[in-house]
Amino acid sequence: MYKHLALAAAVSAVFSLQASAAGTQLTVYTALEAEQLKSYKQAFEKANPDIEIKWVRDSTGIITAKLLAEKDRPQADAVWGLAASSLAILDQNGMLEAYAPKDLGKISGNYRDAANPPAWVGMDVWAATICFNTIEAEKQGLSKPVSWQDLTKPEYKGKIVMPNPASSGTGFLDVSAWLQTFGEPQGWAYMDALHQNIGQYVHSGSKPCKLAAAGEFPIGISFEYPAVQLKRQGAPLDIVLPKEGLGWEIEATAVIKGSPKADAAKRLADFSASPAAMELYKENFAVLAAPGIAKPQTELPADYEQRLIKNDFAWASKNRDQILAEWRKRYDGKSEKVAQQ
Amino acid sequence: MSLPLSQAKAAPRAGVALGDRLFVVGGKSLLLILLVLAVLMPLLAIFWRGFSADAGQGGGLLAARELFASESFHWLLGNSLSVAFTVAAIVVPLAYLFAYALQRTLIPAKGLWRGISLLPLLAPSMLPAIALVYLFGNQGLLRGLLSDNIYGFWGIVLGEAIYTFPHALMILLSALSLADARLFDAASSMGAGPGRAFTSITWPATRQAVFAAFCLVFTLTITDFGVPVVVGGDYQVLALEAYKAVVGQQQFGRGALIGMVLLLPALFSFSVDAWLRRRQGEAMSGRAQVFEPKPSRGRDACFLAIVLLVCAALLLVIGMAVYSSLVTFWPYNLSLSLRHYMFEDTAGGGWLAYRNSVTMAIGTALIGSIVIFSGAYLMEKTQGQRLLNQVLRLLSFIPMAVPGLVLGLGYVFFFNLNGNPLHVLYGSMGLLVVCTIAHYLTTAQMTATTALRQLDGEFEAAALSLKAPLYKHFLRVTVPICLPALLDIIRYLFVSAMTTVSAAIFLYSPDTILAAVAVLNMDDAGNVGGAAAMSTLILLTSAGASLLLAAASRGLLRRSQAWRQRAATV
Repeated sequence: MYKHLALAAAVSAVFSLQASAAGTQLTVYTALEAEQLKSYKQAFEKANPDIEIKWVRDSTGIITAKLLAEKDRPQADAVWGLAASSLAILDQNGMLEAYAPKDLGKISGNYRDAANPPAWVGMDVWAATICFNTIEAEKQGLSKPVSWQDLTKPEYKGKIVMPNPASSGTGFLDVSAWLQTFGEPQGWAYMDALHQNIGQYVHSGSKPCKLAAAGEFPIGISFEYPAVQLKRQGAPLDIVLPKEGLGWEIEATAVIKGSPKADAAKRLADFSASPAAMELYKENFAVLAAPGIAKPQTELPADYEQRLIKNDFAWASKNRDQILAEWRKRYDGKSEKVAQQ
Repeated sequence: MSLPLSQAKAAPRAGVALGDRLFVVGGKSLLLILLVLAVLMPLLAIFWRGFSADAGQGGGLLAARELFASESFHWLLGNSLSVAFTVAAIVVPLAYLFAYALQRTLIPAKGLWRGISLLPLLAPSMLPAIALVYLFGNQGLLRGLLSDNIYGFWGIVLGEAIYTFPHALMILLSALSLADARLFDAASSMGAGPGRAFTSITWPATRQAVFAAFCLVFTLTITDFGVPVVVGGDYQVLALEAYKAVVGQQQFGRGALIGMVLLLPALFSFSVDAWLRRRQGEAMSGRAQVFEPKPSRGRDACFLAIVLLVCAALLLVIGMAVYSSLVTFWPYNLSLSLRHYMFEDTAGGGWLAYRNSVTMAIGTALIGSIVIFSGAYLMEKTQGQRLLNQVLRLLSFIPMAVPGLVLGLGYVFFFNLNGNPLHVLYGSMGLLVVCTIAHYLTTAQMTATTALRQLDGEFEAAALSLKAPLYKHFLRVTVPICLPALLDIIRYLFVSAMTTVSAAIFLYSPDTILAAVAVLNMDDAGNVGGAAAMSTLILLTSAGASLLLAAASRGLLRRSQAWRQRAATV
């Protein structure tokens, strides 16, 4: 019998939670790229040794839906790295605690919430990019696109992948930018035409670029971070910045209202806006919320920031649900029927 | 003289009786509570969630009517049905031929073919799908063989066919293992050829198993989302929609409604199967003689060709998954490296997920086998509490008819309920273990019951007359005798826990993320190489554990169970 008791004890010991060494465990929701999480977490915990970050990571749309679903019983203490248009929706639902981080003065006025104190504060900017596989282009005789309109040419039929805007923040910023730059009816007409050429809609914003890098689909509508990273790893990619302008989003940080660990969450917000954090962001992004720190990335043109479109975030977050519903109705779940028209 | 003796006897017997009652009634009550909490309540929660109208959750009668009338639902349902029918129509005949070759012909190296054919059981359903991308995707090795790329209907069908083949095969192998040689002798003496013997003897005895295999393949396919998520492209199916509604959009009501739809084929086939089983009755009489196939070169050559073809296809797919996990940068740098096994910087949980999966699988195997085997023993070998026994039997049959996807949704709804004191379990390793045990309960329990039924009830009578407490008898006699079956249950639970994704996907938290979930996440993030690497790890771990347990079982049989051999040779 004792042997069995010992066995039971051993089994239950395996399942008991590991005691945490650090003082406060902070649950942080994020849509950052997985590759970035490790260095950000290390830097923050080095500066705040009594706080340990516990990440919950997924694509933008999914993290947003999760936060909204948990509205009455928030599980997150803070959000570090989510689209500003998503944070604006949370703010409209009264879920964010306005807080002015110590270094707020160093953040550009257009990369933070306008209210004082702000509900969210920006980190950096990410923007639409087309990843174009040069080896496959040569093999398949594809010309290099230079504009969004080019992507509707019949030669690209079935060759393009783009992220699903319902799950991916990158997908949503594309759709939102097309509707804003082309106008609403023309924007949908453009997407109808583009839909004819789409090989697949995928879950995340970085997957199209990874698929393009692997030649699985020669053209991926994605954003600049995976494009730059994959190019550095030697993938046969051309980074195309379409001439009509790039849709973009602010990656931002916020404190969740009602968190029992609000103090620790505010220290995270302090860190996220600090020059030390900007040093981290600059490794990955060309445009930062605090001016004067960014270094140009050799893979991107010098005038990169000027290529971003004039983006109306208030419009985008106010109409997000409606845009996504329309998108789903047109392209999701009925792709084959539309393709036959 | 006799009076004090009987009094002296009575005292310890009362103690034994009390202990036994505690063991029997306590054990059964505990089992009842477990089954109610782990099986019944989560299922009821699905119905409750599906029909309660919460704002923004997509549930309620109105939402149900809207969903079931919508064009996109009909599209999804049509896709799901055509995929499931196609897969079953391909897999069942093929598995029948394969099983026939192994049981009714004289082809060589049967053990090898059997081993290869069961390989897909050791990996999550995403593995064949990932391999298909590397074989027939746009950059696939064999892309030239197909006119279009693999994404879509045929991708899902092929992936599911490989995933479900061993499941169908196991049912058909056991159905074809039983044959009465006297019937075949009689047939041939009456001048019936092998074709006639098949249609009048073999087919009637196995058609019920064919139906069961068809239903199993159909249900597994229609509720699986691992394959469609990887190779479905824009061809979407209901299971994927339920997964997206809950995980992606937090629309729990909508997920519950689709879950109920997915429960229907399983419930239907389960009840028809039970009805057929009752009608068929016992096929084998006690005087049956074991059928030995007669040599026939032409027949064996044909069947060997089929077996070789199927095994080659399975090895190609599994080998491709392993190979692709070792390629540095597909398709431009085909040098081999372990780059994809460096999980640190990728989404999905990496080595933590792998460690969690091993922990979860060990926990499921140990706790599950103890609970299930003790439960089966109490139900089979003890008298009294007849009503309780019946309730327990009924409850432990439910998981067989409930797909993992539906069970997982039920757990989300039940354990996440506001005010449920068990909410603390939500997202914990403990709940993952409970859910996995509940999911695979029926099969494991049937193995235990079969083993226990082979033991004579006289053992218990002997224990009673020796005044040994029942639990002691259970531990010292029953468990050792049934050890091979127990090891079989442990292996089954371990492998199932390593590979399952259908229920766990809804229940993990960042600390308890599992390897099979990591495969899905990595594929979602575009890291297909990493997904292949993690699938390979799962495959190797399951295979390693299976081999270890098989060796242990063989060793035990040789050392402690020599009586079996002697009995067989007498």
